[in-house]
Amino acid sequence: MNLMPHLIVAPILLPLLTAACMLLLGEKHRPLKARINLISTLLGLGISVMLLLWTRHQAIPASIGVYLPSNWQVPFGIALVVDHLSALMLVLTGIIAICALLFAMARWDRAGASFHALFQIQLMGLYGAFLTADLFNLFVFFEVLLAASYGLMLHGSGKTRVSAGLHYISINLLASSLFLIGAALIYGVTGTLNMADLALKIPLVPEADRGLLHAGTAILAVAFLAKAGMWPLNFWLVPAYSSASAPVAALFAIMTKVGIYTVLRLWTLLFSGQAGASAYFAGDWLIYGGMATIVCAGIAILAAQRLERMASLSILVSAGILLSAVGFAQPNLTAAALFYLISSTLALSALFLLAELIERSRSSADLVLEDDAEPQPSLTVTPPPRGSNLDDEQKVVVGQIIPWTMAFLGLSFIACALLIIGMPPLSGFIGKLSLLNALLNPLGLGNATDTPISTAAWCLLALLILSGLASLIAFSRMGIQRFWTPLERPSPILRRIECLPIVLLLGLCVLLTFKAEPVLRYTQAAADTLNNPERYVMAVIGTRPVPSPQAKAASMPQVQP
Amino acid sequence: MEEVIAIAIGVLAASGTWLVLRPRTFQVVMGLCLLSYGVNLFIFSMGSLFIGKEPVIKNGVPQDLLNYTDPLPQALVLTAIVISFAMTALFLVVLLASRGLTGTDHVDGREPKE
Repeated sequence: MNLMPHLIVAPILLPLLTAACMLLLGEKHRPLKARINLISTLLGLGISVMLLLWTRHQAIPASIGVYLPSNWQVPFGIALVVDHLSALMLVLTGIIAICALLFAMARWDRAGASFHALFQIQLMGLYGAFLTADLFNLFVFFEVLLAASYGLMLHGSGKTRVSAGLHYISINLLASSLFLIGAALIYGVTGTLNMADLALKIPLVPEADRGLLHAGTAILAVAFLAKAGMWPLNFWLVPAYSSASAPVAALFAIMTKVGIYTVLRLWTLLFSGQAGASAYFAGDWLIYGGMATIVCAGIAILAAQRLERMASLSILVSAGILLSAVGFAQPNLTAAALFYLISSTLALSALFLLAELIERSRSSADLVLEDDAEPQPSLTVTPPPRGSNLDDEQKVVVGQIIPWTMAFLGLSFIACALLIIGMPPLSGFIGKLSLLNALLNPLGLGNATDTPISTAAWCLLALLILSGLASLIAFSRMGIQRFWTPLERPSPILRRIECLPIVLLLGLCVLLTFKAEPVLRYTQAAADTLNNPERYVMAVIGTRPVPSPQAKAASMPQVQP
Repeated sequence: MEEVIAIAIGVLAASGTWLVLRPRTFQVVMGLCLLSYGVNLFIFSMGSLFIGKEPVIKNGVPQDLLNYTDPLPQALVLTAIVISFAMTALFLVVLLASRGLTGTDHVDGREPKE
């Protein structure tokens, strides 16, 4: 049975139905709900992988799948589209969701009501935002994922969570208002909200209306960039992410990537090289805004005292790198950025999970929740406690046995740090290396070019290396504080189900290191599709609605003679 | 009519913005409400403003753009109203939770130091 194109709508319907079933089950039956949730999330991941394989196996012009949910001709009805980029994001979402869910099943899902239903609604919003090809539909899916994220953000309750959640919700409500204003302005100028149709209409916009169009898209971009975490729109992000419960924060690691995805999708489609007077509109804003984000987050990461806070700031650094790289509109740089996106999302998600396990071993008394509350007394000299093997009784010095939990946490922390800093041998290094390579060879390796490398490219190159250095300093200091200070404390009790997601995420990063070539080939295909928006436009506009049975029957006799 | 609508949107947006910047949570809620009203009117006006024109095709009315108004912004506004209504309700719940947990209605969860 041929599942395409109906498979495209499945990632949205599946979580919706699952969430509805779980709401019907009521407040009880938590283990049952956890099991349903896990099965549904696994199914969602399976569907995403099938979509990914489908896009990969098609020839390039046919690799864009279009589904018309209401069976209307394209500019009039909404459309769902899957191409290389969407399929990649879907699979990434599925992987992160599985890991966050496994971690939550250990104990976090008991911390509040309706965790599993909210989780599925969040997934529905994420999948929908990656699949939709309509601006207003994108707004609806954004609201769905935000509504669920408000609930998840507050999951577990507590004072810090509620006050960080209050800021998070008000900022996102404001951003939604801006989204609507931007979408309305674009509709007022072009008369359409379909992304493919917009790409066709924008070169034809009369000169008098072009200012209005640019204002509309800029307002729209503010909404997306606030989501993506571009400086100065990102002050909400660090407190919100670092106070969210660990599995939720791990899931949120993909949410900033939604902002980056929409910027990438809309900007390459609406303001491509074919957009006439609007070609590459505001590209400099992305480049320099991204750089400002890297600088601010890089400095802040040096001052961070808590691991969760450091993870949130690392999200900002990676968001800055991605935004800046997207702004160059250079296919091989975009391909490298997509590879970096995969690796950094997996690593950051693992770091959020790990942070909770590491901090669990510290007693609640010395857990400083606010960075500005009290500095850590870690630099003061502490007398060697009793458990250490500094022996003054002249007995045989026996090496301490490291409990397996501490060994596991320490090794995972090192792997996460290597991935985020971008040091060899893991995939973070390959991502950063291909970014640097693309910046230095704008036309691809081996094609010697006479055009000098632009100042912006040199700046980004320097910032990439410097931000790596800042993360290196911050992570090594954190590692020394958390693992090497001889403070007497019990090693944390870990459940196997809590270690599994971290092992999974880091294992995938290792796999990514070995399979870097096919993945880079895939991201290159995704970047090429983005760089040639006419393929996307033709695929979407050219899709015909399925004729009704009557129309089919009516057309049959004409064919027979 | 354009002037009246423009002034209305401007007043709503201005008062909404001022209220959102206030330190008390209830003021922020009211500000977000007013902003969403302003935005809804704005979407509505983007479909061009007419009086007494049909949005949906009707028998007896000639089928050209002179006799109809754009139905799409009206549909969009409906969606936007529902969503902003739900979000306001949710925000109110968080406001109450914050009030209960922190004992103050300041947006930062603590009174500013004198």
